[in-house]
Amino acid sequence: MKTRVVGRPYTKVDGAAKVTGQTKFADDVMLPRMLHCKLLRSKIAHAKIRSIDVSKALAAPGVVAIATGKDLPTPFGILPVSQDEHALCTDRVRFVGDPVAAVAAVDEDAAFDALDLIAVDYEPLPPVGSIDDGLAPAATPIHDYGDQANIHKLVSMEFGDTEQGFARADRVYEDLFFYEGNTHLPLEQHAAVADFGPDGKLTLWSSTQTPHYVHRALAKVLEMPPAKIRVIATPNGGGFGGKSDPFNHEIVVAHLSRVTGRPVKICLTREEVFYCHRGRHPTLMKVRTGVKKDGAITAMHFQTVLDGGGYGSYGVASTYYTGALQTVTYKVPTYRFDGARVFTNKPPCGPKRGHGTPQPRFALEVQLDKIACDLAIDPAEIRRRHLHPANTLTANFLRVGSIGLGACIDKVVAASGWKKRRGKLPPGRGLGIACSSYLCGAGLPIYWNTMPQSGVQLKLDRGGGVTVFCGSTDIGQGSDSILASIVAEVLGIDPFDIRIVTGDTDLTPVDLGSYSSRVTLMTGNAAIQAAERAKEMLVATAAKKLEIPPEAVGFAGGRVFDVANPERDMSFAEAVVLAESRYGTLGTVGSYSPPPSAGRYRGAGVGPSPAYSYSAAVVEVEVDPETGILTIPKIWIAHDVGKCINPALVMGQVEGSVYMGLGEAVMEEMAYRTDANANVVHKFPSMLEYKSPTTKEMPEVETYLVEDPDANGPFGAKEVGQGPLLPIPPAVANAVFDAVGVRVDEVPVTPEKVLRALKAKAQGQPARFGPTRFPSVPYPAPIHVLTPAEGGDGKAVDAAVTGAGGVR
Amino acid sequence: MMRLPKFRYYAPTTVREALRIRAGEGPDAAYVAGGTDLYPNMKRRQQTPKVVIGLSRVRALGRLRVGESGASIGAAVTLSAIETHRRMRRAYPALVHAIEEISTPPLRNMGTLGGNLLLDTRCNYYDQNYEWRQAIDFCMKKDGVICWVAPGSPKCLAVQSADSVPILIALSARAVLASPEGEREVPVEDLYANDGIHYLTKRPDELLTEIRVPKSEGWRTAYRKLRRRGSFDFPVLSVGVAVRLEGERVAEARIVLGAVASAPVRATRAEAILAGSSFDMAAITEAAQAAAQPSKPMDNTDFSFLWRKEMTARWVSQALRGAASKGSLRKP
Repeated sequence: MKTRVVGRPYTKVDGAAKVTGQTKFADDVMLPRMLHCKLLRSKIAHAKIRSIDVSKALAAPGVVAIATGKDLPTPFGILPVSQDEHALCTDRVRFVGDPVAAVAAVDEDAAFDALDLIAVDYEPLPPVGSIDDGLAPAATPIHDYGDQANIHKLVSMEFGDTEQGFARADRVYEDLFFYEGNTHLPLEQHAAVADFGPDGKLTLWSSTQTPHYVHRALAKVLEMPPAKIRVIATPNGGGFGGKSDPFNHEIVVAHLSRVTGRPVKICLTREEVFYCHRGRHPTLMKVRTGVKKDGAITAMHFQTVLDGGGYGSYGVASTYYTGALQTVTYKVPTYRFDGARVFTNKPPCGPKRGHGTPQPRFALEVQLDKIACDLAIDPAEIRRRHLHPANTLTANFLRVGSIGLGACIDKVVAASGWKKRRGKLPPGRGLGIACSSYLCGAGLPIYWNTMPQSGVQLKLDRGGGVTVFCGSTDIGQGSDSILASIVAEVLGIDPFDIRIVTGDTDLTPVDLGSYSSRVTLMTGNAAIQAAERAKEMLVATAAKKLEIPPEAVGFAGGRVFDVANPERDMSFAEAVVLAESRYGTLGTVGSYSPPPSAGRYRGAGVGPSPAYSYSAAVVEVEVDPETGILTIPKIWIAHDVGKCINPALVMGQVEGSVYMGLGEAVMEEMAYRTDANANVVHKFPSMLEYKSPTTKEMPEVETYLVEDPDANGPFGAKEVGQGPLLPIPPAVANAVFDAVGVRVDEVPVTPEKVLRALKAKAQGQPARFGPTRFPSVPYPAPIHVLTPAEGGDGKAVDAAVTGAGGVR
Repeated sequence: MMRLPKFRYYAPTTVREALRIRAGEGPDAAYVAGGTDLYPNMKRRQQTPKVVIGLSRVRALGRLRVGESGASIGAAVTLSAIETHRRMRRAYPALVHAIEEISTPPLRNMGTLGGNLLLDTRCNYYDQNYEWRQAIDFCMKKDGVICWVAPGSPKCLAVQSADSVPILIALSARAVLASPEGEREVPVEDLYANDGIHYLTKRPDELLTEIRVPKSEGWRTAYRKLRRRGSFDFPVLSVGVAVRLEGERVAEARIVLGAVASAPVRATRAEAILAGSSFDMAAITEAAQAAAQPSKPMDNTDFSFLWRKEMTARWVSQALRGAASKGSLRKP
């Protein structure tokens, strides 16, 4: 289908405001009589709260109100199964940074000074600082729910018979990997302003990715009807998953506004953003894979342990995600997954770009590289041999629709000179390859319901303007621009003539939010439906006026015309007038729900998606064998995006994902100190010391976009915001192996680790740096599911564990 | 956001006036030039002066002259002004290179050479905000009694972190200090003491007014910095070298290590090895190995301190090779 707007590189609809500094972020919201809020945060990693005395602080100059946990006793949390957070801690603190009290004062200085006057009496408890600590028995577990002691969640599932699969294998490989935790580091710190009006209605402006989930949390904790609450997602200076939980500070400012009758604002410091966290789970992994001599996988047993931090957040979903997508990328006939998440006394982990899939991706892609090298098969070729045909159901009942991975591999292999250069570059230089896949939106919503995941309303004005209302939030990925492009395409008008209204729970229909790469696919499809319905009415009246059959009506360039005789036409505005005259006030609605997934086993709710994107990357590295320092001169990446709605935005997302993957691969780590006074403290909660790459570290990136349209995507489009991050860390590790012959089986791949591996190699020891042991984890007996190939119906066969899947 | 505590601010226009105000206010007063070190430290409550004396209006401190006998750099000359100064670039390429490695361009627009010389020593346990330091219990450098890097240490182990210092010492630069009693000139090398808290020999009532750099004709110089990224980061190891040849032989060598102690460290044994040598690779390699010995970094910066120590020989070697190459010689 030929398109006029879709597929063209338009500038962003909000671009001009952003580059001229006119965008109004949450911290720019100024209201008369506004108060400023600061949170008192725990300085102890784990303790009971015996008492809090706020009397001195209340008397301090400029202080108007103070809140503590007893003012907001209702718990909340993003997942229904782990509503374990309180806006302010009630009886326990669970990490350094956990909020304990809140001060609203006339200015920030007064609020800050008052914090020191609040006396909290703590009874310290032994802190839990690591995965091993989290697996150990505990006299006082961090939470009073979960699987056992500090183990939050345990899962185990098997598809097909892996025992048999391993028996059929010619070789079996077992490897350990570790992926360190890291954080989103958005440029814009979290900020929110709450205004409780005299009509008893609350408005909250917040830098959030998920206004709908914030809306629900506010209603719950404040015990107010949702209809009296309005959440406005302000323009966002970066989310990446770090702003998709409802947060303590959002609820606290709403509460303080209610008790003071004045607007209340909070803007977190950078250090506080580190404490909000909700970033990448540190994950230890053990992967056992059986292959035939030609490299074909016969069985895979994947085990993970996640360090979850102090609260649940999205962690249960993250745990399932560490086991879900392996089968989507490659043919894996029998598959077993065991996952575990432990609580520790650190800031809670949650969803960061890739959400639970970069860690297993690293493990899988590095192990495949090891297998290929051992079997003397080219690492690119071994992947080609495992490609699914389009429209396949995987062993764990995930439906692969379109799959352009083969073309992606071909592109980066050709562009990088892989065949001539890999394994043949001078010592110290190497190439590594890795592939990945990612969802285009989670098939199930966070809370169970049977309503659409995304809604769009269209208003057509008799002057020719079109307004699009959608609950989606533009977090910089350009979702507002996508809506404009799609509606403009269907109606044949200029995208800049469209008004986009998004992320406002009073004005816009529900969209679940900007997470799991769902927005282009889901809002795009909803927008197409709304626009097509509008077009139908315009077609009917225009056809009548032009005296042509409906199928002869064309829309382009802001005009409506007879396709056979284009000079017989009218303006778009005239067509709207005709329709409004006939039908009355014009307004249409579109909505989208993902197709039901085939899996029916417990846990089947995490993994399904209307479509999957695919990426392949080749990374070239130079390693200095004397220092271990690696530099990355170039990266080639190919991404199967289905269809570019806007190629400029797609390129931006690919390069941004590569940048973020690079940071994780070579330098980022959420490290904690457990020395000093035995407290568990973030080692460096600042942008200076938490090392994230600068422009100086960014290599040349050659991007290829593969367009293999997917039937479920709007105009065939799939996601691009997360997929291209995934192959980067393993491709870097694989390139290091090609360059200097050592394996670093953990992330970040730092100079110290490379040097240690080189020294080990020189001393005749295994040329590797990485985890050497996997702890004993009490995984339960797995549920068994027959694969589609075995004639399975998607349900578990175990009598004791059946029922519909999903994360409730 | 992070907030500055309340303080009184003076803006004198002469050195005499600045000294007079300081004498009147006492030890609770701090001088500030660009503020790129003091103000963030104040926001984190690492430094808490009640009075701040700004020097940006003292014209005498902003003068930069490069002539036949050397350079005279006012203490409040910004780092950007130095790195873009044509004569400075020609006369002192290694010093300019070191300055270009400091922080980021916007910060170099405000930061001054004097401020860099007097840069507070740094440590992962100290360069943190107030609440963080409260969480680990304060350390001896600020509000506490223990050194968390080495709990048995009687003194503070915070790290010398200024990029201009090793190369200024290698260039035999001198610092001019003014006080109500008068003026004195000291070698920059003598400004520092190996103690993370008492890291300056300058008296608290003295004001650094000028840095004098002798002419560098005949000296081959270089500066090399080790850090995680290509910008922004402080050094975790740095080397400033200056070597003077007479004919084919090294007449004098000065090798200074930064960021491996609380003060800059002269690698005297390495210097002795180079002296009299023909400045070839063999001599450079031997000198570099010797320079690793006095390099004793502690675990209070980025990177593993063991790895930083291992990198010393390599970085010294790189600096010496840089100095040996033609480009480092001052053009007459």
